[in-house]
Amino acid sequence: MNLALQKSELPAPRIGVIRRLWDHGDGSYRFFLVVASLLLIGLVMAIGYELWQNSALSRHAFGWKFLTTSDWDPAIENKFGALPFILGTLMTSILALIVAIPLSIGTAIFLAELAPDWLRQPLGFLVELLAAVPSVIYGLWGLFVFIPVFVRPAAQFLNREFGFLPLFAGPIFGPSRFAAGILLAIMVFPTIAAVSRDVLRAIPNSQREAALAMGATQWEMISQILLPYGGSGLLGAIILGLGRALGETIAVTMVIGNNLDLSISLLHPGYTMASVIANEFTEATSDLYLQALIEIGLILFAITLVINFIARLLIWRLARQTKGEAHL
Amino acid sequence: MLMTSQVSFLINKKHEKNDEKTLKMKIENLSVYYRNFRAIEMVNLPIYAQSITAIIGPSGCGKSTLLRALNRMNDLVPGARTEGQVFLDGMPIYVPNVDVVEIRRRIGMVFQRPNPFPKSIYDNVAYGPRLLGIHSRAKLDEIVERSLLAAALWDEVNDKLDQSGLSLSGGQQQRLCIARAIAIQPEVILMDEPASALDPIATLKIEELMGALKKAYTIVIVTHNMQQAARVSDYTAMMMLSDQAERSGTVIEFGETEQIFLNPKDKRTEDYVTGRFG
Ligand SMILES: Nc1ncnc2c1ncn2[C@@H]1O[C@H](COP(=O)(O)OP(=O)(O)OP(=O)(O)O)[C@@H](O)[C@H]1O
Ligand SMILES: [Mg+2]
Repeated sequence: MNLALQKSELPAPRIGVIRRLWDHGDGSYRFFLVVASLLLIGLVMAIGYELWQNSALSRHAFGWKFLTTSDWDPAIENKFGALPFILGTLMTSILALIVAIPLSIGTAIFLAELAPDWLRQPLGFLVELLAAVPSVIYGLWGLFVFIPVFVRPAAQFLNREFGFLPLFAGPIFGPSRFAAGILLAIMVFPTIAAVSRDVLRAIPNSQREAALAMGATQWEMISQILLPYGGSGLLGAIILGLGRALGETIAVTMVIGNNLDLSISLLHPGYTMASVIANEFTEATSDLYLQALIEIGLILFAITLVINFIARLLIWRLARQTKGEAHL
Repeated sequence: MLMTSQVSFLINKKHEKNDEKTLKMKIENLSVYYRNFRAIEMVNLPIYAQSITAIIGPSGCGKSTLLRALNRMNDLVPGARTEGQVFLDGMPIYVPNVDVVEIRRRIGMVFQRPNPFPKSIYDNVAYGPRLLGIHSRAKLDEIVERSLLAAALWDEVNDKLDQSGLSLSGGQQQRLCIARAIAIQPEVILMDEPASALDPIATLKIEELMGALKKAYTIVIVTHNMQQAARVSDYTAMMMLSDQAERSGTVIEFGETEQIFLNPKDKRTEDYVTGRFG
């Protein structure tokens, strides 16, 4: 994965983009930019339209209930509800972020501020390498190494100590939402870490010197000056990670167990929106079944859009506080 | 020989110096290396309390390096190494167990380019006091007002303290940085070409400010501007590359500003202050 590319895509203003391009571009270059950005907007709208059109049967049959029911019975009753998949996607993605954020921001701080010179390069390279490993490799590793070595013992521990909470209810399975969430954390960690490191490195040295010259300790300088200064960029890095977690398909499919479990236990196998589409698309024999799957795609698409929109608002508000100091 | 403008400044200047000079800092045989390169060599210099000491000299002779050695900012440069000693009130600061954070609290710094934090004007000034554990709103209000008044910025910003420090003009930002530095009442303030990024009017404001601040603080200023050194300082240290082959800088002459400008002992100083340095 090309992080540099993603980084430059990240802060691209989506609102008022045409206006801005028109003001900044020049001649045929301007024309090209405007056409390219119009195409991009058109593409997003076309995808949304297709998903909307091709899920009409399912939308009419189940209405909003599709979001809140958990029947998934293509064989006999032909009833469909997306709740278990929505739940699976949200639970695994949130777990992934909870685990990955502190780890990756911590790594970014270490790489950007604390690591000795000789360690910076190799370690940074390693992180970027991890971000480039194909998901299916993570999936294989998860299935054959990670689940037996880490997930099972950890799940046993959680169940023993916190089993009274529905979140950690037994019985224990290897493949589970827990396994998927932690594997996702491992997968999004290098992405968030690498982008966050770049965000921190882009902060002018004068800010560090200003804080240290006031008698701030290094930790005070990092936590009170650098992190707020890089706030919008760090948030962007996290959203990038979240985007990857929400949409990740193959690795999750390999370790989540693909089971319509109705409990909210992390330790049970589950299913996500992306993995049910990938798994069942080829065997969707009836039109309604197929369209129900497409509607799940529509929901995933909508969730992604909403999250990106909220993130954009947050980033915009943060960036306004550091007025004129956009560093990305 | 001397530029007439400089002379008139010196003659008009009223010195309010104490007769008996108290030594605030003392630089002893100080050399600073960037890896193998010796940037300054064997500098000896006294810094007198409640006065302004100007460091002048051609570009690259190590003025900033010397200034940054005084609050151990060079520690942040990878590969930088310091030999010799700097004393603050008689206590050496280049010793293993010294608390660098404490040193930097006692010796504030204002940089060449204004570098306010992307926080409100209020939070910029309150940053230092908060580091010291002051969180009472009333106390902070008082410190912010006092510091901004002392930095001659209060009248311009008192109705918009919650606006970003970056929304100010360059000259105002630099005074904000001065307010931020004096909010924790350091004993010494180091300024590295604090007015070089500013227009003449803003520069004049900063110079007036320094004159006012020296009643309470000891100030060391690096400047490229001869008139500025002549106008504001009580003492002047002239730096020059000591050895053209090695390119290490050192202080070649130190004295009261009048003496350095009117009656320099070193030929190189005379050439430099009269603008004949080539
Ligand atoms: N971080 C650094 N790493 C390596 N060399 C440095 C560093 N900072 C300064 N130097 C070198 O040390 C010498 C003195 O630099 P310094 O910045 O102290 O000069 P200066 O007198 O302040 O110059 P100017 O008037 O242009 O600001 C120069 O040759 C410079 O190249
Ligand atoms: Mg300099």
